[in-house]
Amino acid sequence: MASPRFPLWEVFIRSRTGLAHRHVGSLHAVDVASALEAARDLFTRRNEGVSIWVVPSASITASDPAEKSMMFDPASDKIYRHPTFYEVPEDVGHM
Amino acid sequence: MTTGSITLSDDPLVRFILRRADDALVLGHRLSEWCGHAPLLEEEMALANIALDHLGQARALYSYAAEVEAAGHDEDAYAYRRDPVDYLNLLLVERPNGDFAHTIVRLWLYSAFMSLWWQAMTASKDAQLAALAARAVKEVAYHLRHASNWVVRLGDGTPESLRRAQTALDLLWPYAGEMLTSQPDEAALTANGIAIDPETLRQPWLQRITSDAAQAALRLPSAPFSQQGGRRGNHSEAMGHLLAELQYMQRAYPGAQW
Repeated sequence: MASPRFPLWEVFIRSRTGLAHRHVGSLHAVDVASALEAARDLFTRRNEGVSIWVVPSASITASDPAEKSMMFDPASDKIYRHPTFYEVPEDVGHM
Repeated sequence: MTTGSITLSDDPLVRFILRRADDALVLGHRLSEWCGHAPLLEEEMALANIALDHLGQARALYSYAAEVEAAGHDEDAYAYRRDPVDYLNLLLVERPNGDFAHTIVRLWLYSAFMSLWWQAMTASKDAQLAALAARAVKEVAYHLRHASNWVVRLGDGTPESLRRAQTALDLLWPYAGEMLTSQPDEAALTANGIAIDPETLRQPWLQRITSDAAQAALRLPSAPFSQQGGRRGNHSEAMGHLLAELQYMQRAYPGAQW
């Protein structure tokens, strides 16, 4: 029921062991408090988290899919940007 | 195996436990009737979660009642093989769901009481009941938050949602007093610190309800708490229909398992 009365919210959950909140989905709710409750009921029923963020979807500025090639293609052949050309000294061990 | 209806012992502790177990089972059943019908997908999940919390509380209480009664009954026997007169739940919880406002207002009236009740029961001298209370008190705190938030949003929402919430409150109010009323056969348990006298929770309950109602712009009815009897097994017509649905499978196919 997407309507001005039931705006969309994005939900982020931090799991027990996780360091950062991760996006898990979205939902409709009338306001912040209801969005938090709905997020709890929808996304933490199986003990998935210890902290919830809800953010109005309208607050998120997204990149334009039509500009995908301009935005992301130039990075695809810059293999030198990956730190795989360094020789790691023996003493450092596993990195 | 025996397949007919069971007869209950009149042990006060068994009846004390069954009363609360029956409240939880019957309200859980009512809430589960919303499956597939809730006004929002999000609320569908919320109501189902709350229904399952109640079912879990009912199961734990039935198991303990079976242990105390020691008459060979198990939780299924209590749930599926009792006639309406042997059910001891409040009339409030067996009321048909009505519209969404009606369901929410009932959950709010009941949860506001039960959050106080379970909190008080954490100090019960009966270790098993105190342990159950410690778990239930967290569940009910959330039920109350969810229901009271909705009550405020409905009451302080549109003219239509206010009208529906006020109608629900007016219709349910006469049923709300039964949970606040002391039961004569629980006096000894209360004196021993096992049970608590619900009368002692009347004022705090009324305070919470009054404060939420004020926020929701709802008017508290002045009607008396005239509808009582479930605690003694005197039920409304709705209870027969509810049990017909709830017990159908075990009554039609006694002992069926899957």
